[in-house]
Amino acid sequence: MLLRVIQSVIGSLFLLHVSMANAELSIEIIGAGEHQVPVAIVPFGGDDKLALAINDVVVNDLLRSGLFRMIDAEGKSPHEPAEVSYPEWLARGAEALAIGTVAVQANGRIEARFRLLDVVKQAELAGQVVSASDGQARAVGHRIADLIYEKMTGDKGVFSTRIAYVNRRGQHFRLVVADSDGYNEQTVLSQNQPIMSPSWSPDGSHLAYVSFETDHAVVYVQSLYTNQRKMLAGFSGSNSAPAWAPNGKQLAVVLTRDGSSQIYLIRPDGTGVQRITFSGEIDTEPNFSPDGQYLLFTSDRGGSPQIYRMPVKGGVEQRMTFGEGTNFSPRHSPDGKGFVFTHLVSGKFYIAVQDFQTGQMEILTEGGWEKRPSFAPNGKLIMFASEARERGILATVSSDGRVKQRMFTQSGDAREPVWGP
Amino acid sequence: MKKLVIGIMLVNLLAACASQKPKEPEAAAPAPAPVVAEAAPAPAPAPAPAPVVEVDPLNDPNNILSSRSVYYPFDVSAVQDADKPVVQAHAKYLSEHAARNVRLEGNCDERGSNEYNLALGQRRADGVKKMLMLGGAKTGQMESVSYGEEKPKASGHNEAAWSQNRRTDIKY
Repeated sequence: MLLRVIQSVIGSLFLLHVSMANAELSIEIIGAGEHQVPVAIVPFGGDDKLALAINDVVVNDLLRSGLFRMIDAEGKSPHEPAEVSYPEWLARGAEALAIGTVAVQANGRIEARFRLLDVVKQAELAGQVVSASDGQARAVGHRIADLIYEKMTGDKGVFSTRIAYVNRRGQHFRLVVADSDGYNEQTVLSQNQPIMSPSWSPDGSHLAYVSFETDHAVVYVQSLYTNQRKMLAGFSGSNSAPAWAPNGKQLAVVLTRDGSSQIYLIRPDGTGVQRITFSGEIDTEPNFSPDGQYLLFTSDRGGSPQIYRMPVKGGVEQRMTFGEGTNFSPRHSPDGKGFVFTHLVSGKFYIAVQDFQTGQMEILTEGGWEKRPSFAPNGKLIMFASEARERGILATVSSDGRVKQRMFTQSGDAREPVWGP
Repeated sequence: MKKLVIGIMLVNLLAACASQKPKEPEAAAPAPAPVVAEAAPAPAPAPAPAPVVEVDPLNDPNNILSSRSVYYPFDVSAVQDADKPVVQAHAKYLSEHAARNVRLEGNCDERGSNEYNLALGQRRADGVKKMLMLGGAKTGQMESVSYGEEKPKASGHNEAAWSQNRRTDIKY
């Protein structure tokens, strides 16, 4: 199996099924980064079972990114730098080599001692002890993959991050939180009424979302640790589109209590409701800039749905998208220099990005039923809702458009994804 | 003799229909049989307004009030001319039946973001609510909500499905 994976990885364009037992999402990868780093990941020494579990996570994480190709480590098992014969790895074509050991501590914690070596320079790039509580081998693997990714690409890894989405099976809806590879699924809410628009608090401790359990759209905030939740906004009409301010002390929501859908600020405890748009048309899908100063939002005030920007404190509201088609669901990039959004033209939805400075729109996908994009925390990947084989799926695309992933739920449709911290 | 009775009955019936449904042009054609049977014993002269017609027009499948949905073109929230008589009839009914309440549920097709469609569905429902108010219904009788694209009546990425999903339902 591993060999087949390695063979298919070699080559500029490939389609890869990373087999993932027990995962709620199965993943397909299409495309590859412009430069794939050849890296060898040697299964760690020590506890063999743990070592293989961690190795599996690290290899799959790096492959899914599209930025690495795996060099076969067959027949070699160095665990310490002194055991490494660099010329042999150079001959196999590896630029980097990951080695280490793993053991279970007396207190039950998993501890992995890991080193990343530069094969060409014959030097250590990184060395770290990664530990996690009992049963968290996957978390250890994700941390190591993050370190390798960061050292080799210069960008932070996002393998340890989480995602939220809605799984719909017929009339049944489930709000789900999972690791970014679909494992460690946690059901946040399960019911026979729609659930929409999950939104992560900046510290990842809470989700705000829209539920129709009382037969109209109401916004709730729920702790992912205690599962306690409270109603944030339940005025008459529709309450929707929650978005957290970066400092976590405020949310923007959309209410129709005073007429049309308008944007309001509200504190996480539901107090301090303050209206901030006054268009009388549809203003929705607010999203804070990383510095908390601006909101992007969707409005049809100009006659068709387009993206606008305004200072949170009030002031000039500026239209950001022009030209053919309509535009929805803006979200700032983590560096604040641009935004991702849904572009609808000639009956097809595309995921597009736009730079604030140039105002240029760049379409990243082939188009289809593609909605609700959000950036990974490192700004290098975008997750969105898509459709394949007549099912709603989660998809990701690298911010340069080169690497794409499709993630299928075991059954039903995946909808309303959002990348979390 | 028999013929005469039937003749009187018919006149009676037509008069009843005319007073019941002034706005519906084709109302006379499918005359509901049970009404005839009840109206017959009344020994009244021809133009008598059928005394006790207990049938709530809301439950009459031939009444315009049996139409409970309003349909829209893409990304439009104004009630279209073709549906105005339906909304006006419901407005009149609500104004005459203060104890009755309606829930207005706006829906959309899937072309747009889910949140935009939630807003659009709300605007559709609110548009019907406004028209009902203008026709005499009271605010307290009405609640407007939106399901956006979350509860499609028809599935499929085609106009046949979409046209059914762009809708406000009037639910008593």
